[in-house]
Amino acid sequence: MDIKALKEAHSLLAEYSYEPAKLDKGYTDKTLYINIGENKISTKTVTPEIKEKFIGGKGIGLKYLWDATKPSTKWNDPENEIIIAGGPLCGITQYPGAGKSLVVTISPMTDIPIDSNVGGYFGPYLKFSGWDALEVQGKAEKDVIIFIDGNKGIVKIEEAPLEAVDGHVVSEQLTEMYAESEEDKKNISVISAGTAANHVNIGLLNFSFYDIRRQVTRLKQAGRGGIGKVFRDKKIKAIVIRFKGTKGDLNKPADQSLINKAGITLHKQIHDLDDVQCRMRQIGTANIIEVMDKYDLLPVHNYQYGKHSDTFKIASDVFIEKFITQGMPDGCWFGCSLSCAKAADKFELLTGPYKGDLVTVDGPEYENAAGLGSNCGVFDPQMVLEANFYCDTYGVDTISFGTACAFAMECYERGIINKDITGGLELNFGNGIAQLELLHQMSRGEGFGVLVGQGVKVMKEVFVKEYGADADFLRDIGMEQKGLEVSEYLPKESLAQQGGYGLTNKGPQHDEAWLIFMDMVNNQIPTFEDKAEALHYFPMFRTWFGLMGLCKLPWNDTMPADNHLTDEPAKIPQHVQHYVSLYNGVTGMNIDKHELIRQSERVYNFQRVFNIRRGKGLRLHDAMPYRAMGPVTIEEYESRQDRYDQQLRELLDYNPEGKTTEEKIKVMRDYRYDQYEKLTDAVYKRRGWNTNGVPTIEHLKEIGIDLPEVVEVVKQHL
Amino acid sequence: MKVLVKKEALCIGCGLCEEICSKAYFKENNVDKSCIQVAKGEANEINVCNQCGACIDICQVVALSRGSNGVVRVNKKECVGCFMCVGFCPTLSMRQHDDYIEPFKCIACGLCAKECPTGAIAVEDIDFETKERL
Repeated sequence: MDIKALKEAHSLLAEYSYEPAKLDKGYTDKTLYINIGENKISTKTVTPEIKEKFIGGKGIGLKYLWDATKPSTKWNDPENEIIIAGGPLCGITQYPGAGKSLVVTISPMTDIPIDSNVGGYFGPYLKFSGWDALEVQGKAEKDVIIFIDGNKGIVKIEEAPLEAVDGHVVSEQLTEMYAESEEDKKNISVISAGTAANHVNIGLLNFSFYDIRRQVTRLKQAGRGGIGKVFRDKKIKAIVIRFKGTKGDLNKPADQSLINKAGITLHKQIHDLDDVQCRMRQIGTANIIEVMDKYDLLPVHNYQYGKHSDTFKIASDVFIEKFITQGMPDGCWFGCSLSCAKAADKFELLTGPYKGDLVTVDGPEYENAAGLGSNCGVFDPQMVLEANFYCDTYGVDTISFGTACAFAMECYERGIINKDITGGLELNFGNGIAQLELLHQMSRGEGFGVLVGQGVKVMKEVFVKEYGADADFLRDIGMEQKGLEVSEYLPKESLAQQGGYGLTNKGPQHDEAWLIFMDMVNNQIPTFEDKAEALHYFPMFRTWFGLMGLCKLPWNDTMPADNHLTDEPAKIPQHVQHYVSLYNGVTGMNIDKHELIRQSERVYNFQRVFNIRRGKGLRLHDAMPYRAMGPVTIEEYESRQDRYDQQLRELLDYNPEGKTTEEKIKVMRDYRYDQYEKLTDAVYKRRGWNTNGVPTIEHLKEIGIDLPEVVEVVKQHL
Repeated sequence: MKVLVKKEALCIGCGLCEEICSKAYFKENNVDKSCIQVAKGEANEINVCNQCGACIDICQVVALSRGSNGVVRVNKKECVGCFMCVGFCPTLSMRQHDDYIEPFKCIACGLCAKECPTGAIAVEDIDFETKERL
């Protein structure tokens, strides 16, 4: 890697000097605007009103995106922006999970705003460099790198023709290039995509951090919604930031003591209890692979089934024993004692352009093991890790890819598509090599892989139009909604989780509501009203992490020993109080747990109205594919016949004796659709929306987001 | 390696060690700023770092290390003030005070031991195996 040659090939397109704004109570009150089409760089001021209504993170991202775009703006129009923002709490080091960036853009997959929450050091360094947010607009002619030096106060746009595009290579190259010494590498963070993001909609962004102990650049992903595709369409190769001088009080909090207290309490709790609770420090999110299987919730073969006899082959302990290096503090931001980040070191690749290389693979996260693994019938940990690696470096969202690949495999197995269409690939469930080849095709921009990479929605259209597939059947089994692939939980037997996926702003991603256990396993929310309350509270509560620059995991992947004795154990009341303390400690405000929810409600409703402004965001867009709601096929029904027959008897007073499976499926389907509609009614009502899913003006007023431009949009729908 | 060893049976809970420590390092008599702390009562319990080094491995920025004399030290320049080491110390002997953004700990300097009226604490130079037994 001749870094000097790479650097010498750069040509400067624009340079901007600035005096880094001083942080005060979590904000710099300045944001950085960069137009790479016009090579224009400027500063914007964050007003008190923006801070009050939109807080930070995805709130400020959505506000800027609204202002920058028209209702008709397409994802690849120059005015579409990529906005990256932490939030007032982003960058504190005392509380686990406080280094998140929120990335917002108009998605090539959903045609509405997407928001994605990502670790790595970029968000904190951006703020320490004087910026509450970074806004990138325009499209460059040739590949560029944006460089921000937060110590010197310099922003540069440089044409950069020679660097790699693949995430793991370009991140190493640029960390090497912009670090002033070996010790300085930890002060660099790189945002990149990958070669597949040049060609496919399901492209993601990698955010790097330098792992001092392993001496490698690690990557965390802003995965959902195709942000990497927008990034590459703008011809951005990378955004690099350098900031030296991280300390624990750079946010200049109003009351450091409140933050210290909450942080140390949680560190101690994690130290004492994580080994017997979620084992996040041992294996991270992958701890639930076998748990999901046990409860019949693991997506298998495109969500047809919830468990598989081979799951033990990709159980969390297999990864721990065979691949993962343990016991290293490698959180994606400083101070994360939950430390779910995991890496397989010196992992030898068996396929593709990096075949034979020994690489570091982050993961597997649960979603990767379930999406790339069980959902595609690939129960081989080596294959799962290799696909995980290539997804990351090519800039492909593992969740969308897993679900899209599973869909293509089911279509192949059912004869809807064949080898002529796949270009010779035998896309049977379990064919891990074929799965990898799809990824390599995406990287090269050729073959059937490129179609898979456009996502389930596009595949459905093409299979119907070009190959005469049955549109209704594909609508049933294609696990996407709003254009986004469903993440890796089987929601079929949990009505609340169907709502958790369906009644979201950005599409079926579990970061809004993950209610499967509450609903199905623990039966804590039996009535429609209970479910509606949960589908109000939890999405709002979880939205708050995205306003602040926080990670969700330290909220409920660790809990106080006496949590079960509290009035609302599912909310983890002590942790909610920690968050109140953190916010008040940083900003000097005095909110309580109710105002915390209100802060989220404003942004949540703003995002809903943003969708409506773009011709989406109504009831019809909240419908789910039936595969998410119940058994589509005879095989699915019969795999759980006893359970379904019992439900017909008990819930519908319908005697299944002597009925064909088709008849029973039909009765079950009518019932489950009806349940989902009733749930939708209850949730809309609880959220202050009308029956078409439109926030009422009274509600917008009550929560304080009745801005004229917002009211103007909803008026047309009331 | 140097370590402050304790004989709690001899401790009378006078608090002199705490005073000496906080004055030496923070120029004030404040038990909350002392590396050694004594829970006073019928049995006086002395809490002080035993130089086990568990904190070294959990520090993400490698700000904790063992010096040539075996003592574990905090490099304040590298420390980012996350206080993970405080929550993860097996004996809860890593200290933190809100006046400072870095933690602090006993470095077995022996100032307190020199003045202890009963000989309840002393700095000893012991090998690792002895330490393991202790």
